[in-house]
Amino acid sequence: MTGTLDACAGPGFGPVPRKEDGRFVRGRGRFVDDIALPGMLHGAVLRSPYAHARIRSVDVTAAESHPKVRAVITGETLAARGMAWMPTFSHDVAAVLATDKVRYQGQEVAFVVAEDRYAARDALALIDVDYEPLPPVVDARLALALDAPVIRDDLADRTDNHVFDWETGDPDATAALFARAAHVSECDLVYPRVHPAPLETCGTVADFDRISGKLTVHATAQAPHAHRMLYARIAGIPEHHIRIIAPDIGGGFGNKVGMYPGYLCAVVGSIMTGAPVKWVEDRSENLMSTSFARDFHMHGEIAADADGHILALRVSVLADHGAFNATAQPSKFPAGFFGVFTGSYDIAAAHCRVTGVYTNKAPGGVAYACSFRVTEAVYLVERLVDVLAHDTGRDPAELRMANLLTPDRFPFRSATGWEYDSGDYPRALRTALDTAGYAGIRAEQAARRASFEKTGKGPLTGIGMSVFTEAVGAGPRRLMDIMGLGMADGAELRVHPTGTAVLRLSCMSQGQGHETTFAQIVSHELGLPVDAVDVVQGDTDNTPFGLGTYGSRSTPVSGAAASVAARKVREQARQVAAVLLEVAADDLRWDAGPGSAEGGSFSVAGVPGVSVSLREIAMAAHGGLDLPEGVEGQLAATTVYNPPNLTFPFGAYVCVVDVDPGTGEVDVRRFVAVDDCGVRINPMIVEGQIHGGLADGVGMALMELVAFDDDGNHLSASFMDYLLPTAMECPPWELAATVTPSPHHPLGAKGVGESATVGSPPAVVNAVLDAIGVRHADMPLTPAHVWRALQGRPIRPDIAIR
Amino acid sequence: MQVPAFFEYQRATSVEHVVTLLERFGPEARIVAGGHSLIPMMKLRLAQPELLVDVNDLHELAGITVDGSVDAGHLRIGALTRHAELLASSVAGEHFPILHDAERVIADPVVRNRGTIGGSVCQADPSEDLSGVFTALRAVAVIRGADGDRTVPMREFFHGPYETAVRPAEILVELRVPLRTGAGSAYVKVDRRAGDWAVAAAGAVVSLGPGGVVDEVGIGLTAVGDADFTAVEAEDLLRGRVADEDAFAAAGAVAAEHCRPTADQRGPVDYKRHLAGELTVRALRDAVARARRGRSAG
Amino acid sequence: MTVNGVEHVRDVEPRLLLVHLLRDELRLTGTHWGCDTSNCGACTVWMDGLPVKSCTVLAVMADGRSVRTVEDLEGPFGLDQVQQSFMDCHGLQCGFCTPGMLMTARKLLDDNPDPTDTEIREAISGQICRCTGYRNIVAAIRHAADAEAAGRGDT
Repeated sequence: MTGTLDACAGPGFGPVPRKEDGRFVRGRGRFVDDIALPGMLHGAVLRSPYAHARIRSVDVTAAESHPKVRAVITGETLAARGMAWMPTFSHDVAAVLATDKVRYQGQEVAFVVAEDRYAARDALALIDVDYEPLPPVVDARLALALDAPVIRDDLADRTDNHVFDWETGDPDATAALFARAAHVSECDLVYPRVHPAPLETCGTVADFDRISGKLTVHATAQAPHAHRMLYARIAGIPEHHIRIIAPDIGGGFGNKVGMYPGYLCAVVGSIMTGAPVKWVEDRSENLMSTSFARDFHMHGEIAADADGHILALRVSVLADHGAFNATAQPSKFPAGFFGVFTGSYDIAAAHCRVTGVYTNKAPGGVAYACSFRVTEAVYLVERLVDVLAHDTGRDPAELRMANLLTPDRFPFRSATGWEYDSGDYPRALRTALDTAGYAGIRAEQAARRASFEKTGKGPLTGIGMSVFTEAVGAGPRRLMDIMGLGMADGAELRVHPTGTAVLRLSCMSQGQGHETTFAQIVSHELGLPVDAVDVVQGDTDNTPFGLGTYGSRSTPVSGAAASVAARKVREQARQVAAVLLEVAADDLRWDAGPGSAEGGSFSVAGVPGVSVSLREIAMAAHGGLDLPEGVEGQLAATTVYNPPNLTFPFGAYVCVVDVDPGTGEVDVRRFVAVDDCGVRINPMIVEGQIHGGLADGVGMALMELVAFDDDGNHLSASFMDYLLPTAMECPPWELAATVTPSPHHPLGAKGVGESATVGSPPAVVNAVLDAIGVRHADMPLTPAHVWRALQGRPIRPDIAIR
Repeated sequence: MQVPAFFEYQRATSVEHVVTLLERFGPEARIVAGGHSLIPMMKLRLAQPELLVDVNDLHELAGITVDGSVDAGHLRIGALTRHAELLASSVAGEHFPILHDAERVIADPVVRNRGTIGGSVCQADPSEDLSGVFTALRAVAVIRGADGDRTVPMREFFHGPYETAVRPAEILVELRVPLRTGAGSAYVKVDRRAGDWAVAAAGAVVSLGPGGVVDEVGIGLTAVGDADFTAVEAEDLLRGRVADEDAFAAAGAVAAEHCRPTADQRGPVDYKRHLAGELTVRALRDAVARARRGRSAG
Repeated sequence: MTVNGVEHVRDVEPRLLLVHLLRDELRLTGTHWGCDTSNCGACTVWMDGLPVKSCTVLAVMADGRSVRTVEDLEGPFGLDQVQQSFMDCHGLQCGFCTPGMLMTARKLLDDNPDPTDTEIREAISGQICRCTGYRNIVAAIRHAADAEAAGRGDT
């Protein structure tokens, strides 16, 4: 099933202005650091200056005697409460405050609670920690060396830095195809460590009421309900005594999924002092200690026949997980959804092996709009296809077109077992190439190249592309859980007597515009105006249970839940309408209408002019009407949506760059993005999400990097060193769309929040390498990396430049 | 958020007041103007002065003027001049396009509203753009202390990373850039992103004599390890030569040979050395083109 | 000092940052902070009519000066045009960079009522947005310029 944007038309859908914006443009958003509770104290974290060191002692006497300090918390304080360690999302434990050793630079060692934020910071300097420095493991490739220091000697019987081995696909079938392939290309690729770096850092205000025993946590939480369970488990507070309130969140991108020591220390600080405790990390703390992303060292092989048909893929990966295995992903997927690495192509066999290792770096790994490592998968296959094109002298667009899955193959089961729900990849690529004017740019490129060869002067033009397939909307709870919590989402919808409605969601916006999009879903289902639907999210006392917003899952899971709840309400309304109109419910026809305050209406089939509106039904449903057996009255419904499968949005991107060969500087001149995320509920919001992801792609491809020196010092601990793209590096994105509805989502929608972040990095990298005629070089392609690639001596990005 | 440690604060009412305060407090006192170098260092507690002397009210330190005649005079740039003011100054741009070239790529427009010229050169960051610019221009720093004013050529101003000729109880008052008719100038920078510090940068100021021969030349290099931000050997090579591509290439090669870059996350040594040469060539090319245009226009 | 036209007298530590004075003391929380190092521009306010990064200005340095924040953009006759245009053009998502962007945009259009897209991009180049990829911010500022030109009767 395919269609155009017209397929997205329908009551409620369309580029509706956002309900959120009125407060944000007035400076009236309410972010966590805007919260000021009476008597509130301020926390600050003392962090390790070493990447690896034994803690001999921690002396807090001087800090405690600071006149404004109210409490100092150390690992020992927490150990006494059984809270020195916490479980991670990935079957491991992580230190809350270090007790035995510090395992990465920036790790939390102590927490000060003081009367103001300046005093809290001052007191950190008064804490005396005696460290015995240990040799660190910095280079992931040496983590498994026999003489490597053992980082996790806290774990019984641990004698090395090995975390896990995981594999997928059929090794024998893959080997057989490689054996008879006419051509095999190999490549080593590093997807370096990057950081989601939302503009608002992570923070919390913890407020423990000693009398009621109730803990209220205002926090930057992408997954409030999952956090509530974690607080209950770690702090031992009964879950019903915990309320998580996520206020407005200034971007998340996966950074605000995890549980961080600062949150827990603020809770303990509030318990100890009896006052609310605010802790908001600074930017260096954010970049050094919270969820990083990627850090995948990949070796890829691609096998093709003599005609350029791709036969098989084989991959081995070394995954740097840092000091604790705290990747935030469905628990049965140690490498996330990297298994979709066969991408958009018709590949008969594939095999992949991933080995995770500990290093003396911050934990994390799955974040930054990555769709649980689909970013790494897409980068791998889209780079390998370009390497194959390079090695066999083929045009990368033609090579892709010849190998893309065709629409008749859906639903398609990939060689690694993923069932793609729907797609039309050739159409997306054709649209992208046509929009870009592919032939024309190739001609311009040739002219530039000829001029360069004659004069030695640039710029050189490059064209890069990627055709990506995403796998989002986790997920079927039989397969997917976070710490045992199946990834199904609740939703609750209530229509008030006067015909307005309130929808309560388990997911939580960090800028995605849930208040608008989800109101549009209800509007679509019930015919109510968007403004007549209020959306409640982020407050665990006032929302149903669900797993939160990350992995592009809000529309696929919570969106479906909202739709199902609304349809349940509609069926209730039908029963009430049947009583009102004195006809059989089956004789009623639903008409969503024009989105007026009356809402949609039921009319009697074959009897013109007899109808009743949702608003009339709502009042009647709350009134004295005699309702038949089984119809309870009022209009309200609850649902738990367990998705039958992931959704598989896709797209084709074309990037055009100019490279100055004399300096290595890259100018991203054009970027054409064709996205297909099925039905678009609010195309304006969808396009905005794509714009943001494309900027991420420029950032990762050209500048973003977390690197470490030989001592494990973090070299990217501020925005002076962790570079994010500005308006100057981003071209005016050129967007186009195709629409291939998801066959299993009630609205035909697919998740789109991460598509562009996933799909764009390889397009930019492919374009730069195409410009300079180099087979491969690793991100980020800063001027230095580009120039050294041109010299045939590419720079290894994950270790310090020497 | 990171916050500074305790300090005392005084708002100076005159340059003499500044000097008095600096003398009284000794080396633990620091001058603050725009604060865009100092305050971030204080937040990281890498700098912990006991006294900050705020000079923002000292209008005598502000302003851009031409003093003296066009041939023998100089452009006076007050130390308190904001980057945005220098970028907006038509008199500065007319005489020295290199100033506008550089200001366009220093930090970002909002920072430029606040940051000052004096603050930038006194910070003496090895990657500071203006350092290479003022050495190329052979500017002179006017420094005031208890004993009055003294002048220091910018080529002798920098004493190493973050160290300058300004002594603890002194204040930089202004920079004087000698005016030369028929000179052209340009600044070229490579950075990883808009607003980033330079990976490397080069500034060139060229005066052409009869026959297109280089009469005088100044070449400033930023972020490639020259303590005085100057490519003296390349200047010596060019002086008296016809300003053509061969000469530029030779000067670039000499500049690259003599610079002493260190590796960091902006780039390895070989790349920075290459850039020193490449950017020297480009800056010279642009400066000479401007000098020729100036002559033909005159 | 004067903030949004209202005189405030406060006795503060010299080290108090202007952004903290505004947010914590005056409870004007529309001005955000994002980076500590004056790179992100979330804290941009006007001081004496010029956009500055308030995380890198001491509150005492603003003594006697006038400060304007996002809360002052809306006037008695409604939203400032830049606010309206950011809403109309989807120039914001999470809303965290928005106040700083609005303050810079307002100043740009005051100085240059008809900026090119490049001039707009340069003007906001010291301010990071992690959500929009800047395209709709540029469009919003352009939209505001056009709306104000139409309001003035420019052709």
